[in-house]
Amino acid sequence: MNARSLVSVFACGALFGAGLALSTMIRPEVVLSFLRWSDFGLLLVLGGAVTVTMASYWIAPRLLKAPLFAEAFSAHPSDLNARTLGGAAIFGIGWGLCGVCPGPAIAGLGAGNWPLLAALAGMFAGAYVQALAAGDAPH
Amino acid sequence: MTPEVLFPLGWKHYLAGGLLIGLGVSALYVTTGLIGSISSFFSSTLSWVSRAPFLQQARFVSARAWRLVYAIGLVAGALACSVLLGERVPVTSIPLWQLAIGGFIAGFGARLSSGCTSGHGICGMALLQVPSILAVLIFLTTAMLTAHLVRALGGA
Repeated sequence: MNARSLVSVFACGALFGAGLALSTMIRPEVVLSFLRWSDFGLLLVLGGAVTVTMASYWIAPRLLKAPLFAEAFSAHPSDLNARTLGGAAIFGIGWGLCGVCPGPAIAGLGAGNWPLLAALAGMFAGAYVQALAAGDAPH
Repeated sequence: MTPEVLFPLGWKHYLAGGLLIGLGVSALYVTTGLIGSISSFFSSTLSWVSRAPFLQQARFVSARAWRLVYAIGLVAGALACSVLLGERVPVTSIPLWQLAIGGFIAGFGARLSSGCTSGHGICGMALLQVPSILAVLIFLTTAMLTAHLVRALGGA
C-alpha cells in the first residue's frame, strides 16, 4: 500500500474514533442504557453513520473509475449462512454483557477509559479461539 | 414521545458523532477503496504472531498493516476529540470480569460472523446486504435480551 493511502487510512480511522468519542459510544454505560431502552441515542449514531456511508458506497463507484489513491474499490464480503447469523447471535450476547463492541474497545483507550483494555484483551482472545476452532477450513 | 424521553442526555452529540463516523468510513472508501469495518483487525493483527492456518489467509495477512494503522487512527481520533472537548470521559464502572468475558464472547462471535456493529451495522447495511441486515437484527435482539437479563440478575 502506498504512503498516501496509509496516511488516509490513519486520518479516516481518526475521524471514526472521534465520532465514537463524541457520540459517547466509548462509554459502555451509554450503550447498555440503549440496550435497556432508556436512551435511544445509539440509533442516531448508527443511522447517521449508515446514511453517510450509503451515499458514498453507492455514488463513488459510479462517479470514479477508481479510488483516489488506489486501483480498485473493494467489496464487502457477504454470506448468508449459519456462521454469519449464529456468530451475530453470539456477538450480541457478549456485547449485551459488556456494552463494548470492537470500535469502542480500541478507541476508548485514546480517551483514557482504561478498563476497556479488559474488553480489548477479551476480544483478541475470542478472535484467537475462533481462528483455532475454524481449523484449516478457509472461510 | 418527546425527545427528552427518547434521549435523556440530548441527541445532537449522537447524530454528530454518527455523521463523523460515516464521514471516516466514506473518506476511506473514496480515497483507498477499503471497507472500514473494525473486527477483522483482531484476526489480521493476530496473523503477525500466530501460525494458525485460518489467520494466515491472504485476506488477513495482506490487510494487517492498514488495519493496524486504522486502529491507531481510532485511538488518536478519540484522544483528539477528548482534548478538544476538554472534558474527561468518566472511566467505566462495569466490572473488569464482565468487560473481559463480554469482550471474549463478542470477539469470538464477531469473527465467526465476519462482522460486528461496524462491518454488518454500518458497511453491510449501507450496501443493503441481506446477511448483514439479518445479522444486525439478530445481534440487537440477543444484546437486548442479555443486557436486560444481567440487570434482572442484579448485575451492572
